[in-house]
Amino acid sequence: MTKKTVWTKKDLLGLEYLTAEEIELILDTTRSFKEVSTRKVKKVPTLRGKTIVSLFFEPSTRTRVSFELAAKRLSADTVGITAGTSSILKGETLKDAAKNIEAMNVDVVILRHSTSGAPHLLAKAIEPSVINAGDGAHEHPTQGLLDIFTMREKKGSLKGLKVSIIGDIAHSRVARSNIWGLKKLGADVTVCGPSTLIPLEIEKMGVRVTNDLDEAIKSADVLNVLRIQLERQKKALFPSIREYINLFGVNKERLKNAKKDILIMHPGPINRGIELTPDVADSEYSVILEQVTNGIAVRMAILFLVTGATGGSPREGRKK
Amino acid sequence: MTFKEKAKIMDEGAVQKALTRISHEILEKNKETKNLAIVGIRYRGEFLARRIVENIKKISGSSVPIGILDITLYRDDLTEVAEQPQVHETHIDFDISDKNIVLVDDVLYTGRTIRCALDEIIDFGRPVRIQLAVLIDRGHREFPIRADFVGKNVPTSLKEAIEVRLKESDGKDEVVICEKDDR
Amino acid sequence: MKILIRSGYIYDPANKREGAFDILIQQDKIFKVAKKIKDKADKTIDAKGRVILPGLIDMHAHLREPGREDAETIATGLDAAISGGFASVCAMPNTKPCCDNQEVVDFKLKKAKEANTANLYAVGAITKGREGKELSEMGELKSAGCIAISDDGNSVASSSVMRRALEYALMFDLPVISHCEDKDLSADGVMHEGYVSTVTGLRGIPSAAESAIVARDLQLAEFTGARIHIAHVSSKESLRLIRDAKAKGVKVTCETCPHYLVLTDEDAGGYDTNFKVNPPLRTKEDMDELRKALKDGTIDVISTDHAPHIESEKDVEFDYASFGIIGLETAVAVLATDLIVKNIIGWNDIAATMSRHPAEILGLAKGTLSEGADADITIIDPNEEWVYGKEDIRSKSKNSPFIGRRLKGRVKYTIAAGKIILSE
Repeated sequence: MTKKTVWTKKDLLGLEYLTAEEIELILDTTRSFKEVSTRKVKKVPTLRGKTIVSLFFEPSTRTRVSFELAAKRLSADTVGITAGTSSILKGETLKDAAKNIEAMNVDVVILRHSTSGAPHLLAKAIEPSVINAGDGAHEHPTQGLLDIFTMREKKGSLKGLKVSIIGDIAHSRVARSNIWGLKKLGADVTVCGPSTLIPLEIEKMGVRVTNDLDEAIKSADVLNVLRIQLERQKKALFPSIREYINLFGVNKERLKNAKKDILIMHPGPINRGIELTPDVADSEYSVILEQVTNGIAVRMAILFLVTGATGGSPREGRKK
Repeated sequence: MTFKEKAKIMDEGAVQKALTRISHEILEKNKETKNLAIVGIRYRGEFLARRIVENIKKISGSSVPIGILDITLYRDDLTEVAEQPQVHETHIDFDISDKNIVLVDDVLYTGRTIRCALDEIIDFGRPVRIQLAVLIDRGHREFPIRADFVGKNVPTSLKEAIEVRLKESDGKDEVVICEKDDR
Repeated sequence: MKILIRSGYIYDPANKREGAFDILIQQDKIFKVAKKIKDKADKTIDAKGRVILPGLIDMHAHLREPGREDAETIATGLDAAISGGFASVCAMPNTKPCCDNQEVVDFKLKKAKEANTANLYAVGAITKGREGKELSEMGELKSAGCIAISDDGNSVASSSVMRRALEYALMFDLPVISHCEDKDLSADGVMHEGYVSTVTGLRGIPSAAESAIVARDLQLAEFTGARIHIAHVSSKESLRLIRDAKAKGVKVTCETCPHYLVLTDEDAGGYDTNFKVNPPLRTKEDMDELRKALKDGTIDVISTDHAPHIESEKDVEFDYASFGIIGLETAVAVLATDLIVKNIIGWNDIAATMSRHPAEILGLAKGTLSEGADADITIIDPNEEWVYGKEDIRSKSKNSPFIGRRLKGRVKYTIAAGKIILSE
C-alpha cells in the first residue's frame, strides 16, 4: 500500500499551513469524490447528520453554490447565511454571529469574508471546523486546490511544471493560495501583471516576477489568468482598461508563441474581452469549466477530511 | 494490540481451489453469463474478483464485466474510527441495471462492510439480483446477511483474527488465523 | 519625611556617576548622594543588588480621560505607570474634548492631583481640535501648564500650518512633538508594507508614509530654526534623515518605543490585533537600525505610546481593530529582558532615554540624581523573573502584545516628589 498521510486538521485556513503530503492527500481524496459526481445518484451518505453553515459576508454565488452542492452530495444538512440579506448578522460582530451559530450545534462553518485573517479569528473563537472560502487578499484555499487538482489531472505531476499567474496579484487571494500550493508541490511559478499590482517582496515566496506577458506565456505549461477588478482603475493602479488589455490581455495572437499543450485557467467570473478574449476562453486550451466541476469534488474532499479530523486537532496559524 | 500467528488454514493450492469452485458455482447458479457482473470490494476483494473473472473466462469463454467498490463513504463508523481512512475510487464502468451482481470480499465477519457495499451499489442503479462470494466466512454476524458462495467456513472466537494474504498485495496466497497477544 | 535608600547601584548619566551609593531624600528633593550616609531617616529601603534610576518619564502616553474613561482614566493610567517605574507621565491631547484649551488642561491636572500618585504633565494640541487647520492658543496652553504640544494621532497635513506652528511655538520655547504620517500614503493600511503584508494579504503602510513627513518636518525645523521632536520613530529611513539633520545642527530630537525595539512585522503576521499599532511594527532590519540608533545617540528617548483600547475595539477582525497597544507596565521589563540581558544596551541607556533626555527636552528639574533635584526615583530588581499575566494588568485595557511573556527585571519602587508611590 502507498504511504499513509493522516489528516489531523480541524480547519482549512490556507495552503500556507499545509504540508506537501497533506495537499497530496487532499488531491488524492478529491479524485475519489470526483467519481461520485458522475454517478446516477450523485450522493453518498458519508456526512449524514452533520450540519454545515456557509457564512458569507461577501457575495459570491459560485463558491457558495459549489460548497453547498459538495455538502449535499455528502448528505450533510446545509444552511446558507449571506450578510445583508439575513437578520442574524445585522449589527453583530463576526464573533457574536459565530458564537450564535456554534450554539446551534453545527459541525462546520464555511466563511467568506472581506478582511484577511477573519477565518483565523473565527477558528480561535469556536469549536466547529472552519473552512476559509476566501478572506480578503489573503487566501482562497479551495480555489487554489481545485486549480492545482486540475493541473495535476491534465499534466500528471506538478514537479517542474511552469505556471504563470497573470493579472492583479496584489489583491488576489487566489494567487496566494496557488503560489503556496504550487511551490510546495515543486512547480515553478511566475507572476505577471502591472508593477502597481505586484505586491512588495513577493519574490520571497519563491516566484519569478515579470511585467512582460509574452515572456510569461512563452515558458508556461499553464496560464492562470486572474479576474481584474475594474474599480482598481479608479484608485490609480492602472491608467485604463484599454491599456490593461493591450499589455496584459490574453488573446489568440499572443498565444502563438505558447507551448502547444498550454492550459488556460481562470477562477471566474471572466471579464470577457479584458483579461481573456472570448475565443481564448472557449478554446481547446481552456479548462475553465473543468475547474468548476473539480471545485465540487475538492470541496467534498475537504468537508470529508475536516469532519473526520483526528488527533489533537491543532489549530493552525501563522504565529511563529 | 498485537496478534500472533496461530495456524495456517489455507495455502496457495487451497486458495486457488476454493476460487475455482466458487467460479463454477457462480456459473451454475446464474446459468448464463450474459447479465453477470463481478464487483470486488476494496482492498483484497478486488484481487479476488479479478481472479474469479479470469476463471469464468477460462471455464465459459466469456468475459464478464468487473467493478471495484470503495465503501469508505458508506461506513457507519467514520466518527468512531481512530484515524480518518483514505478514500479510494470506486470504478463501475458499466450500467448495473438488470444485471446479476456478485459481490466479492475476502472475509465475511459482522456483515457491516457488505451492508455498505449494498447501499453503495444500489446508488448506481437497480440490479436484478445481488449475490455474495467470500473466501472466508468466520461467523459473528451483526446484520442479517449471508454469503451465497463460501471458500471456507472457519469458526472463530472474537479474540481471533483472520488474515488473508494474496499475491497481488502480500506476495503469496495464504490464509492464517491469528490470536490477540495479551502479553 | 526622610527616606534613605541604601546601597543601590545607581545609574546617573547626568552626573556621569555609576556605582553603589546611598541616597537620602528630604521632603520632595534629593538631599544627599554618597557612598555611605549615616543620617537617620523615617524610612530606609535596602536596595542592595538593585538598580536605581532617576525617576522614569514617559513622554508619550494616551490616558483617554476625558472622553474614553471606559478604556482608561488618569487614575488607572497613572497606576499602570507607577507599576512600570514611571514617576512622570505626559498625557497626549487626543482626548474628548481635545486638550487645546486651558479648561481641559486644568481638568487633567486636577484629576492627577486627586489620584495623588505619579506626576502628570499635559501635552497641548498644535491645532484646534487637532484638525490641522488653525493654531491652538499656545500661550494659554503654556501658562495652564502644558510642557509640549502635539497633534499626536494626526499628522499636521498642511506644510504651511506646520511651519507657522513651529515658528509660533518658538516664542514659548514649547517643544513640538510631531506624529509623522502621510495619510494619503498610509491610507487604509493596517500593517507594515513588505513581505509579511504580502503573505497575509493585509493592506500595507509603507515606510515612506512616515519618512516623507519626517523629511518635511526636518526641512521646516531647519528653515524656521525651531526645535522639533519626532514621535515614535519606527523606520530606518526616518533614522537616516534624523541622523543627517542632527549632523547639520537642526534642533531635532526623537523617540521610539519598546515595541519597535523588540517586535517586528512577523509578529503581526498571525492576525493578533494586539500587534496592530501605528506606526506599524516594521522589519527586523528596521528594528536592528533602531537599536543601533539608540547606541549612537540618534534616538534620544524611549517612550511607551501607551494606547489603551477596550476589548470590543481589539477583539475583532484585524482590519477593523483599533491601532495601539498599552506599554506603561512593561516598558522597562521588556527592554531589560530583550536588550539589557543581551548586552545590546545598558541601564545607563535606560536612564538617559527614559529619564534624563525627556527631562531636558521638556525642561523639567528631573532626570538626574543630583542633590537638589526632584526626588523622583525608580528602583528595579534586575534579576527577578516574572510573567506578565492578563489578570495582573493595572491599566483598564488589556491590549498588550506582551501578555504571557516571561520577563527579567521588575520595578520594585517608584518614588515621585519624595513619596513612595509603589513599593514591594
